[in-house]
Order: sequence, then structure tokens, then C-alpha cells
Amino acid sequence: MDNNYALDFEQPLRGLIEQMEHLHQLSAENNIDLSKEIRGIEKKIAETKKSIYSNLTPWQRVQLARHPQRPYAYDYIERIFTGFQELHGDRAFRDDRAIIGGTAFLNGESVMVIAQHKGRTTREKLKHNFGSPYPEGYRKALRLMKMADKFDMPIITFVDTQGAYPGVASEERHVSEAIAVNLREMSLMGSPIISTVIGEGGSGGALGIAVANKILILENAYYSVISPEGCAAILWKDRAKAPQAAKALKFGATEIEKLGIVDGVVKEPIGGAHNDPDAAAATLKEAIEAQLAELKKMTPEERIEQRYQRFRKIGVTDEDVSDGKIVPIKEAAS
Amino acid sequence: MALFQKPKYSTVIVKKKDIPHGMWKKCPVSGDIIYNKELEQNQNVVPKSGYHFPITARKRISHLLDEGSFTELEKDLCAGDPLEFVDSKPYPERLAAYQKKTGENDSIVSGVGKIHGIPVSIAVFDFQFAGGSLGSVAGEKITRAIELAIKEKIPCIVVSASGGARMQEGILSLMQMAKTSAALGRLSEAKLPFISVLTDPTAGGVTASFATLGDVIIAEPGARICFAGARVIKETTNEELPEGFQSAEFLFQRGLIDQVVPRTEMRDRLRDLLAALYVKKEPTQA
Repeated sequence: MDNNYALDFEQPLRGLIEQMEHLHQLSAENNIDLSKEIRGIEKKIAETKKSIYSNLTPWQRVQLARHPQRPYAYDYIERIFTGFQELHGDRAFRDDRAIIGGTAFLNGESVMVIAQHKGRTTREKLKHNFGSPYPEGYRKALRLMKMADKFDMPIITFVDTQGAYPGVASEERHVSEAIAVNLREMSLMGSPIISTVIGEGGSGGALGIAVANKILILENAYYSVISPEGCAAILWKDRAKAPQAAKALKFGATEIEKLGIVDGVVKEPIGGAHNDPDAAAATLKEAIEAQLAELKKMTPEERIEQRYQRFRKIGVTDEDVSDGKIVPIKEAAS
Repeated sequence: MALFQKPKYSTVIVKKKDIPHGMWKKCPVSGDIIYNKELEQNQNVVPKSGYHFPITARKRISHLLDEGSFTELEKDLCAGDPLEFVDSKPYPERLAAYQKKTGENDSIVSGVGKIHGIPVSIAVFDFQFAGGSLGSVAGEKITRAIELAIKEKIPCIVVSASGGARMQEGILSLMQMAKTSAALGRLSEAKLPFISVLTDPTAGGVTASFATLGDVIIAEPGARICFAGARVIKETTNEELPEGFQSAEFLFQRGLIDQVVPRTEMRDRLRDLLAALYVKKEPTQA
């Protein structure tokens, strides 16, 4: 993938960066001092970045979440943990690499890592099925999570999928059951579970590894009941209306935080995680450490109860509205 | 050319009033015309072909439970509009229209009752209400039905007929999958049976949560049961779909569900299963 890949709304920035690179080159080749000009452009770049990225529309955020340069699960795993040992297969059918998992150490402490991984190159994408798991992916995840629960290890999951793979084989091997069983079994585990949506949180396919005590989401990630295109196709009868659907679904990080779905929004470097994967991973690591420290203070029974209540209270009915417990999202924002 | 003129046909005009509207239905399988009253007496199943027409939640409950045994719970629970969702219409307007059309407040009717004397907590989807979609109200009612079963130490039954999660409640709908499944985890730990009945159609988030978590999973004949719809699969993958793909019989053949049971036999079958799993005594033939 081209390193200079830029989304439509990033184009002005790309232009400025090219200008700056050109000046650097000019300065080096001709041995002339252009530092004043360069500083001027740097300032302009900073301003443009701020104006672009502080006013992103929900649809632009979706594009950032899908940015081809965006860090994927492996990028975070290698930066956050040490000694990752990938474990393979569901012990029944095959190894689905859309979900990867294995043991690792977080600051020297043993953890189980489960993640959806999309893959960067074409070869990797095919190997990881673009991050869309088959049922055996969920079953492998469950096998590893149960192992972690048995050995009293925290479970750290990373969510990044457009959804479980919609295909004949997927249905024939009962992908819905594989997801459903994970939802039920994760709710019964005594180990601490922390999930982070790092890119796309696509529906049931995302939830299948995210029934956690604490859920985090990166600033430009989204977590939704349906893809904006899918929603647009059904409700607007037109997939091109995806930007409208993205707005209506209110699935952005800060919006779902207000709805009580996530426990924290993890800041990304300006311009998105792909601009500085090291910084993005460092911030995420801190957030995970903080949540884990809290969860470690609890007994397994308390963690099970906390996780149950966490999901139990989600939902808005007229009871909540009349009790004044839930403020409509618009009022909460203002 | 006059020799080879096209023959002239005259159009026969059928007088609409010859067939009284709403008294008959045409069976999509056999093409037979069935008198509505006859259909109703047979639980909306075409006697000859066995085709299952849709049925309302209330009718289904009346067919499944002992007469007069049903006590409805959470009847007044209504949806909120947490996202202030608007597509071509605001969500509250859609809700009001469904309420008017069905006479129900949301897509689930739930409560307690008895099947041949065996107490059950039951939640039944009404597909006519927003395609039986799973939103906060449905999720809450199912969860309360499960929690009630745990409290009363009785089995729980959910009859599904749903297109999946309700988009207008966004991520809150998705989370109902986790909420209901977690409640079923507790029901399972309490060693109480959960029987999931799948009817046409059961899809998406409903299939990927409580509907496939039954200790026993039963489907009605011909019911379409899937995670992703056939059209989506075809468009995404260009795969040829096998014959009967996603039908109850297809799932049965693949070992994904326990039984395919006609609607007219469902009540007795549930009695037999609950007798085995819960009462643990062979039922006396009624």
C-alpha cells in the first residue's frame, strides 16, 4: 500500500506535506537555508490538521477507522505486550486467522490476547480473511478464553471487524451459534476481560469477543449494530446514503460513551492512529493498564457480577425516560 | 398480410366482488385456496400442504398455553428514542404506526403460563411489529422473562420471529444480544431448561444470541433461519446457494437444530420436552 495514501478530506494536508518535503529537498540539494519557509509550512500543516481532524463528520471517522494504513491488531500486540505466543485452531475444524489469539505478557504479567486482524498486504488480507471471522474463529477464541479463565489470566481482546463472514460455509457451520455461545460463556468467566474497539466494531461479529468487564474504544473507531452501508441499503434503499446512516446511527466513540456502551475513549494521535502507531499503542497500553488495575482488585465473583450488571442495564425504554435516568443524547451533548 | 393477422383475444374481466376480500388465502406451496376460518382453526397451517402462514404472538400463545393460564407481564413497556433516529420518518412515528397496526406496544409479548399444567415463563415475538426487531424493549422483556424463570425456578421458552436487531436503536439493540445471552447463562447455571422455538423468519442478532442458545432448539417447518440473509451472502460472496439453504430442514440436516415440529404439534412437543427435562416424569397422556 502506498504510504502517501490520503483520504479525500486529507488531501489539503497531503499537498502541504509534499510542499514541505520539496522544500527540504531543495534546501539539501542546493545548500540554501529555507528553514523560515519550512517553519511557515509546518505551522500551516499543524493548523490544517487541527481544522480537519477536530471537525470530522461521522462518515469521515468511518473512513479513518477503515484507513488502509490504520494500525491493526498485530501492530498493537507487538507494541503493548511481550512474548506473544500465538495458539492456533478450534480443535475441531481449522484455524481461522481472522481471529488471532495466544498468551503474552503485559509488563511481565501473563495475559491471554484475542484479536480480530485484517491484514495489510493482499496476501495477509486473504490469510486473515479481511478480519471477517468464520464460526471456527469464535470457537478458537472461546477455547483460549476458557483456558485463560482456568489459569486465572486476564483476557485482553481487540475488536476490528466489518462483521462475521457472511457465507454459505459460515452459515452451515452455524456462525450464529458460535457467536451466541461466546456471549453466554464470556458472561460467566471470573477472569478480568477488557475489550478495545481499535477500528471497526461490526455488529454481532464484534460483540462475539467483546462481552467484557471494561470496554474501550479508540477515538476514531466505531461500534455499530450494522454497517452504515447496510443500514443505508435497508432504511434509505440506497447504499450511497451511508454517510446519512453513519450520522443517524450515532456509533462514534464519544456518542456511544454517552450511551454507556464503553468505559473510555482512547485518544489517538492527531490525524488518526496511523500517523503515529507507537504513540497510539502507548496511549492504549496505559488505558488498558488502568482498567486492569481496577479489575484485579475484584474477586472473580465480583467481576462476573459487575460484567452482568454492566450489560444488564443497557437499553432505553419509556421507564428510563420517565425516570429521567437517561437523557436523550442531544440534550446530553449540549 | 391480412391472411396472417394476429388472432385477437378478448380480455376476460373478473369482477372483483365475486371473491369476497379477506375471506380466503392462497397457499403459496400448493396454490390451493383456503377458507380463512378453516386456516384459523388449524393454527394458520394449510391442512393439505402443511404450509405455515405467519401468526400473531397472542394467537401463538393461545395455541401453546393452557386456556386461561397466561398472565401477561411488562405489557406497558414501550421504546424510547435514545438516538432520535430519523430516516425517511422519525422512529417514534414508525413505532406509533406499528402500535396502531398490531395493537402491541413492541415486538414481544411475554408472561407466565402453563403447558399441560407445567409452569413456564414465555416470550413470543410478533413479526408484524417492526419485523419482530430486537430493540431495548424486546431485550428487556426477554431478559426479565429469563430472570423470572430463575426466580420462580421454572423453564423458559422464547418463540422467535425476527429480522434481527432494531437499527433505529443502534448499538443499544446490539447490546441486547449480550444482555439476553448473559441472562441465559444464569438460567443455565440454575439448571433450568431453555427451549428456543424458531419460526419464519429468525435472523441476524436474534439468531446470534438467545435463539441458538436453547438446551433444545425446535423450528417450524419451512422457517427461514440465518445469520446473514441469502441476498447479502450472494451479493458479498457470489457463491451458489445450496438448495433449501437456511430453511429449518437445511439446518436440521446439518445438525444445527434438534427438531422440526409442525405448529399444530408444538404444544404437545413442548410438554414432552419439559416433562423430560424439568418435571422428569413421563407425562400422563392427555
